[in-house]
Amino acid sequence: MASQVLIAAIFAMSLNLLVGYAGLTSLGHAGYLGLAAYISSWLTVKLGWSHASTAAIAIVGTTVIAGIFGLIALRATGISFLMITLAFGQILWGLAYRWATVTGGDNGISGISRPSPFGIDLGEANYFYYFSLLVFILVWIAIAIFVRSPFGATIRGTKDQPRRMSALGFNVWLIRWITFTACGFFSAIGGMMYVYYHQFISPHSLSLANSAEMLLMVIAGGAGTLLGPVIGAALVMLLKNVASQYVDHWVTLLGLVFIFIVMFIPGGIVAGFERIKILLLGSKS
Amino acid sequence: MSFWLIQSLNSLALGGVLFTLAAGFSLIFGLMRIANLSHGAYFMLGAYVGLSVIEAGHSFFLAILAAAVAIGLLGCVVERMILRRLAGDSLSQVLATLGIAFVIADCSLWFWGGDPRPVAAPSFLAGGFQILGQTFPRYRIALVIFSIFVALGLWLLLEKTKLGVMIRASVDDRQMAQGIGVPATKLFSIVFCLGAALAGVGGIAAAPILSVYPGLDADMLPIALVVVILGGLGSLLGAFIGSFFIGFIYSFGQALFPDLAYIILFLPMLIILAVRPRGLFGKITA
Amino acid sequence: MINPILKVSDLSKSFGGLQVTKKVNLSVNPGERHLLIGPNGAGKTTLFNLISGDLASDSGSIIFDGKTVSKLPTAKRAQLDLARTYQILTLFRKDNLISNVKLALLGKMSLRWKCWGSFLYESVLDQNALVVLEKVGLASKAYLPLEQTSYGEKRRLEIAMALAQNPKILLLDEPLAGLSTEERETITVLLQQIDRSITILMIEHDMEAALAFADRITLLHYGEVITSGTRQEVVNDPRTKEIYLGH
Repeated sequence: MASQVLIAAIFAMSLNLLVGYAGLTSLGHAGYLGLAAYISSWLTVKLGWSHASTAAIAIVGTTVIAGIFGLIALRATGISFLMITLAFGQILWGLAYRWATVTGGDNGISGISRPSPFGIDLGEANYFYYFSLLVFILVWIAIAIFVRSPFGATIRGTKDQPRRMSALGFNVWLIRWITFTACGFFSAIGGMMYVYYHQFISPHSLSLANSAEMLLMVIAGGAGTLLGPVIGAALVMLLKNVASQYVDHWVTLLGLVFIFIVMFIPGGIVAGFERIKILLLGSKS
Repeated sequence: MSFWLIQSLNSLALGGVLFTLAAGFSLIFGLMRIANLSHGAYFMLGAYVGLSVIEAGHSFFLAILAAAVAIGLLGCVVERMILRRLAGDSLSQVLATLGIAFVIADCSLWFWGGDPRPVAAPSFLAGGFQILGQTFPRYRIALVIFSIFVALGLWLLLEKTKLGVMIRASVDDRQMAQGIGVPATKLFSIVFCLGAALAGVGGIAAAPILSVYPGLDADMLPIALVVVILGGLGSLLGAFIGSFFIGFIYSFGQALFPDLAYIILFLPMLIILAVRPRGLFGKITA
Repeated sequence: MINPILKVSDLSKSFGGLQVTKKVNLSVNPGERHLLIGPNGAGKTTLFNLISGDLASDSGSIIFDGKTVSKLPTAKRAQLDLARTYQILTLFRKDNLISNVKLALLGKMSLRWKCWGSFLYESVLDQNALVVLEKVGLASKAYLPLEQTSYGEKRRLEIAMALAQNPKILLLDEPLAGLSTEERETITVLLQQIDRSITILMIEHDMEAALAFADRITLLHYGEVITSGTRQEVVNDPRTKEIYLGH
């Protein structure tokens, strides 16, 4: 389960780049998961290529496609953008579902093996967990550096005052496009981890519900913070895997928690902690 | 020849269903600038409510009424308790509707279970008409007629009533409308309830051809979005034309290119968004 | 004959049926302090938006520093050393003062594309930002979060952001709006201290402060230029008096 949280966190962190830092809310994120997963599994299972090469191709391919999507999606902002990303997600889902000859349709692609980097067999649950942890940490560090850099500051600027940013000479569209593509890149990594963990991919993983769940993770945890998406991922996964054993309808619980957060703690759990900290320790000056 | 006729009828019927869905969404967005992501859930819930009414032995007509009232009421509650408190923050409102969709979907699963539930058309509409040696399902014809009535009703509401005038003014220019004294909050409530009720009615009306199943909401929402974007946000005419256009694309697409049918749906939307973000008849750029 | 640094020719713009800018001609010489006046609704901010690129004109041309910029987007015009402030503050509310200025500085630096390193600790950026803040008298408050500053200080920051762009022309949209007498004096002094290598085009309603400051004035009414000339000429023009009668 811990691996699942880490993998979910990778998706949440990458979506957070777009939603939390660039201020572009997207509902098609699961599509990247699917792209990377299907590309690599098809290549490994149907063509028998090695893990290293399929992973590389899947990640590069997904990033390139993300870039192309970005060219179209970023012609809009706000709700239009949301709807375009939703459309993209659905198109990919539709492809996965209907293009049965390639994707196996509803049955998906199964029997995907886990790689053995440096001879370590990731089929072992423990080893896989450490591998996930490693990848998670690397992604976390990469995103943290990205976000703290001068470019990262410009991303945040375009969220807060896009008009002002243009007036200052920034190419707002390009900043957003780069962020969009970077989001695709990190999601592709997540997609690889996902398919290695489950050793199976089906259209369900690309569903609108899944994209919505990822968005939930980001918002509930705290968009625009480094810790937020991780906490959000943990929360959702906890509810999914643990609460579901006690509470049949954990989705309702998730939905209610989410509505509560949106209404009363828009900054997410991270913001909630900040408030509690201030309450308990007195405000910082 | 018969293939074309049958598919055309299917297209029209589907278009009619989509209209009830899209009209509400378009009005809500046009007036309140909220992309109601729970709209598909209202559709589904309406179908479930109607289903229960029918299974309790009542008439289809009562089922439709029940769906309208129940979902309209739900919409009222949601608008008042949740959306109103988030006024001014479009994104939060959209997110809230997302959360509501989750809750409705899961609760529906809770009450009605996970199996798809077929719904029978009312007996006087069962079977088909025999024309030119081809059987045309009565119910689908009825659906088309029904949607035309709904469209007419909405048109009358918007063009001929005081309420309608206020709605149109607010869609066209919200600030101006408020400036001349249009009661925004009341208007929002009415429109949201109306939109939700419409979706609910659409759900039960469509049930004999789509049946009800978990996931219906997630299936219908993207299609509603496509219709509304294509036709133009805030435009009833756009929703009407868009619905039938998409109805045709989907029905014929399913029959001719089943593999690509779903994807074909989105391409017009993407093209329109890229080229003319206002949509075919829209008044607002999303 | 000095070549004007900004030359607006026959600029027009309509919204629906309403023409908000009617064949406006405006010439601003390098180093000049040019004041744009006119009653509310005259189209002054619209004209600014057309010059800065926030709005696209329907017809006419805008030549800045010898280059035709009429079709260029806002960001490109900014890169050509045009800067503006906004009537409604457009500051980065969640940051502190120095971060705001650093972002403004980044606009024209290639540093803005660097995806590693730290925005917070770029020493060159920090130093330059402090210099800019010094010019507006806010260096001592550099690390204060924006929410802890007064409205007057925020207006000064708005000007600092524009100055940080090292512009050739500065478009100031009502820099004194909503300020107390004291704050007005501070900012007026600040504006007078701006070097003549920067041309200033300013919209202002505070006649006293503005008139003292301006070299040349253009009077706009219902989107048209009514009169334009030196301060004396415009002040004494009967049309000016006619328009401002009762105001």
